[in-house]
Amino acid sequence: MNIYVIMKRTFDTEEKIQIENGEIVDDGAEYIINPYDEYAVEEAIQLRDEHGGEVTVVTVGDEEAEKELRTALAMGADKAVLIEDEDVEEGDQYSTQTILGAYFEDKEVDIILGGNVAVDGGSGQVGPRLAEQLGISHVTSVVKLEIQDGKATVEKDVEGDMEVIEVDLPVLITAQQGLNEPRYPSLPGIMKAKKKPLETLDLDDLDLDEEDAEGKTKTVERYLPPAKEAGKILDGELDDQVNELVSLLKTEAKVI
Amino acid sequence: MSKKVLVIGEVRDGDFRNVSFEATAAAREVAADGEVVGVLLGENVSSLANELIYYGADRVLTVESDKLANYTPEGYAQAIQEVVDQEDPDGIILGHTAIGRDVAPKLAARFKSGLVSDAVSLEVAGDEVIFTRPIYSGKAFEKIVVQDGLTFATIRPNNIAALEKDESRSGEVASVQVDITDLKTVIKEVVKNTTSGVDLSEASVIVAGGRGLKDADNFKLLDELAEVLGGAVGASRGACDAEYCDYALQIGQTGKVVTPDLYIAVGISGAIQHVAGMSNSKVIVAINKDPEAEIFQIADYGIVGDLFDVVPKLTEEFKKVLV
Ligand SMILES: Cc1cc2nc3c(=O)[nH]c(=O)nc-3n(C[C@H](O)[C@H](O)[C@H](O)COP(=O)(O)OP(=O)(O)OC[C@H]3O[C@@H](n4cnc5c(N)ncnc54)[C@H](O)[C@@H]3O)c2cc1C
Repeated sequence: MNIYVIMKRTFDTEEKIQIENGEIVDDGAEYIINPYDEYAVEEAIQLRDEHGGEVTVVTVGDEEAEKELRTALAMGADKAVLIEDEDVEEGDQYSTQTILGAYFEDKEVDIILGGNVAVDGGSGQVGPRLAEQLGISHVTSVVKLEIQDGKATVEKDVEGDMEVIEVDLPVLITAQQGLNEPRYPSLPGIMKAKKKPLETLDLDDLDLDEEDAEGKTKTVERYLPPAKEAGKILDGELDDQVNELVSLLKTEAKVI
Repeated sequence: MSKKVLVIGEVRDGDFRNVSFEATAAAREVAADGEVVGVLLGENVSSLANELIYYGADRVLTVESDKLANYTPEGYAQAIQEVVDQEDPDGIILGHTAIGRDVAPKLAARFKSGLVSDAVSLEVAGDEVIFTRPIYSGKAFEKIVVQDGLTFATIRPNNIAALEKDESRSGEVASVQVDITDLKTVIKEVVKNTTSGVDLSEASVIVAGGRGLKDADNFKLLDELAEVLGGAVGASRGACDAEYCDYALQIGQTGKVVTPDLYIAVGISGAIQHVAGMSNSKVIVAINKDPEAEIFQIADYGIVGDLFDVVPKLTEEFKKVLV
């Protein structure tokens, strides 16, 4: 099977966010594979081990993203592709879709896996957008995946309910938490990853102009929510605290 | 400039989801003195159409088909595409729900347009619509505009106020015929969640439990409290990992991001990943036996104590004042 994973490098979820001049400050920030994409990488490796074939991980980003691609290779992916998008100003999800779409145009694909959402931008658009551009089906928010006879049977989390869906390959699947337990790269895995192929492409290689991938939306401002101040810790006898809390919620906060 | 804006209503178990009315209010704002056209997809949904008009739509189009009884990306995309071809709107607004999240990007790719996902507010400045949306799961926010083309957005439930229901409003309800073909995804089975009916993303009260609950059975305490408050039960990842509850309940950076009026955190330490998902709640109450717990840093009200003592008392007290 030709298995592809689209993945993104994101801030570590431990990071606090700082903004200077309208931009997110990234000096010294720790980066990780977007946690949802990690489920996608793990699932891809398991699919390959079961059905044979090859796992290629693809990211759109800057050269720093090589580190996260190497992590995916160390987990067990076979090949990696880094598509540099530095030339694209004001990129958005449309840009990423266009770039990935151009990359996948001439690829034979059985399945593309990605994360349900990235923990930075949080739009969850790129997966379904890419599937549409490639003319293949998609299922988002998947917590179980099985492939047999050219068909995928998936369980999709729908706001707590579960749908069992059958869909023909090729298909694009986005991973929800619960799909699997991503492995840690082993030491031999890390050693091997260094020698695995990592291809770097730019827009030219994909016959794209900067304008083709220009975003359709534009961020005009970024800001932090007002810092939440620590509130009131109640004291006294527990019964009194409970009484006070209920009355505060009713009269002061007016939420009940 | 007056615009024509489509709003895609969402019906669940025979009723509109509240977010549909919120989306209608958003569409009203984007349309200015233009037209808001409600769109309803499904089987036997036209009887509900007037409801959308009461909440601000000028007229409603219904697309009815047995193939739209359950959501599928292809089915919905075909139906919406047909309506868009007929109406040529300037904007489309949906709820940022399981359906909105799934179909909107597919359509945006088809229309080669931008899409603003998960907007929590919007303002109209001249010709431009400026949307605000959370990034880094609510650790920060961005304001974003659509540069050209369709003003296409999904809005987060529970953030944009619906308009007052006005039953004196009336408008045309028309049906659009769409021949839904070639559905590639087939829904074999739908397994309904067995816990309370209130959806986490739309709940105005959430009672969330953490590892402090110690056991799946103890989540009953939270069910009882949530029931009295008409709220939903959520959880930390700690609780989900420990198998006290389903991952569907997880709140945080890798779970649901919620903004209820009242969030009661029970036996949750307040890790940054959890806080990202709930810190924008209007009022936060923390119950934790550790006075140093991080959660107290962001709580409006805190009780330091053993949850097994506090929660039952709290449930009793709410019962007294709420009935
Ligand atoms: C990539 C990544 C993503 C993550 N995403 C999320 C996410 O989306 N959501 C999330 O929640 N976490 C997430 N986490 C995990 C997060 O870091 C914490 O581990 C988790 O939130 C802790 O859950 P908890 O507060 O229930 O447990 P703990 O941290 O163990 O806290 C339990 C609390 O209960 C209190 N307690 C114990 N007994 C009692 C009692 N009898 N009465 C009162 N209080 C009591 C304790 O004092 C303690 O404060 C993520 C972690 C990573 C690495």
